[in-house]
Amino acid sequence: MKKIEAIIREEKLDPIKKSLEDLGYYGMTITEVGGRGREKGIALKWGTKEYHVDFLPKLKIEVIVLDEDLSPVLNAIVRSARTGETGDGKIFIIPVENAIRIRTGDSGSNAV
Amino acid sequence: MSINYADTAWVLMSAAMVLLMTPGLAFFYGGLVRRKNFLSTIMMSFACLGLIGVLWVVYGYSLSFGPDRAGIIGGLDFFGLAGVGQEPSPVYATTIPHLAFMTFQGMFAIITVALITGAVVERIKFSALMLFSVLWFTFVYTPVAHWVWGSGGWLAKLGTLDFAGGIVVHIAAGISALSLALLLGPRRGFKEKEPMEPGNIPMVALGAGILWFGWFGFNAGSALTSGGLSSSAFVATNISAATAALVWMILSWLYRRPSLLGVVTGAVAGLAAITPAAGFVQPIMGIPIGAGAAILCYYMMLFRARTGIDESLDVWAVHGMGGTWGALATGIFSSAAVNSAGKDGLVYGNPKQLLFQLIGVLVVWAFAFLMTWIIGKVVNATIGLRVSSEEESVGLDISQHGERAYGGPLR
Repeated sequence: MKKIEAIIREEKLDPIKKSLEDLGYYGMTITEVGGRGREKGIALKWGTKEYHVDFLPKLKIEVIVLDEDLSPVLNAIVRSARTGETGDGKIFIIPVENAIRIRTGDSGSNAV
Repeated sequence: MSINYADTAWVLMSAAMVLLMTPGLAFFYGGLVRRKNFLSTIMMSFACLGLIGVLWVVYGYSLSFGPDRAGIIGGLDFFGLAGVGQEPSPVYATTIPHLAFMTFQGMFAIITVALITGAVVERIKFSALMLFSVLWFTFVYTPVAHWVWGSGGWLAKLGTLDFAGGIVVHIAAGISALSLALLLGPRRGFKEKEPMEPGNIPMVALGAGILWFGWFGFNAGSALTSGGLSSSAFVATNISAATAALVWMILSWLYRRPSLLGVVTGAVAGLAAITPAAGFVQPIMGIPIGAGAAILCYYMMLFRARTGIDESLDVWAVHGMGGTWGALATGIFSSAAVNSAGKDGLVYGNPKQLLFQLIGVLVVWAFAFLMTWIIGKVVNATIGLRVSSEEESVGLDISQHGERAYGGPLR
């Protein structure tokens, strides 16, 4: 079991949601976050002066997937989140020890 | 003529109410955009309070209401308020100080320019909007105001009726909004159908409430006296607003669920539609006028969305079409019994009035669309209309104003 944490552009939520649904993944958690990458935000100009916009609004998507589904889910996210420009975001993959569905008490892969 | 104190008090109060409509509009529009553009959208209206507030007293009032030049424009006799003082004008609103009439009219000019901004939110360069506003105010607002309201204006002489600005304010702004939006192009992501949901609908409702309140000054104040006619216009205004809010709510209910955004948009459409008619029709005619406005504007909004034109906040569908319907409805429902300065309309056996209204509508549609197109082209060729793609995606609050609507590290 793995947790996928994807930091994405806000406007890419809908296409990602759709591509995950196509793979049978409906459950996810999203959070509004602010982030910056290597470029330290974006450099913009006002007249001749440059200024930096830090911590651009992003969304974080968290999805728990079974090991065998990891690569198709990752592919789907990358495909639908990419624009090719800086600021497309990042994906982190974290091992998950266990999962429990609160309503039934199911655990392990049954709870995903 | 001597000054009537009740008239003066009412017109000054009305002027303050119409002024308040522009901040109301700022919140109405501000709540409709995404959070990153909330502040910039409010700024567009507030900037008009400053910019047009100054231009009006320097030369705007004179071009609109100065002594007539060939029916086309006012002379510069009132430049810098020369000769506009505490005594009544011999021509306009002869029971109140000329200054009171002048400032009341100035509030209309401010909100007319501010109305257009709804078409171009989230992507226009602020400096370009300011230059556009100066040119549009000078070359579109002042002549149209003179044609319709100026003593000797050619549409006024022809017989076109516009009680409080259905043509001068709502058609001029609504059609210009469409023209400028076409020239500017859609927001980034609009064609890709990225979500652009309103950032704060309760703010929209607050803004609409302020607009509704201020509109009593707009319409009932346009009687320029405080007697029976202002009461008649006041009541007609509320009937139309209420009817349109109700009908729009029902329409939204039929298709989906009863929408708050629908109720407030309906109220604004009903208010825009009754504006040209308010002091010329029996107040109860607010019911057909308001109902017609809600139905027409509702479907025009759906039509606009289907065309793929990003006239972002539907200034054309609500104000342009609401004003058009109202101006034509004035020709249908007006009654000389309401206002001695008015005429009987179609239902009272005078179909010619509808023709005069139609001419006024068509002329201002064409003039506003073409002039806005030309002015927009000029601004685009000189300083450029649009912000860069990065500035647009960061949002205009930060990129144009260096301020944010909300504190905190994120937004």
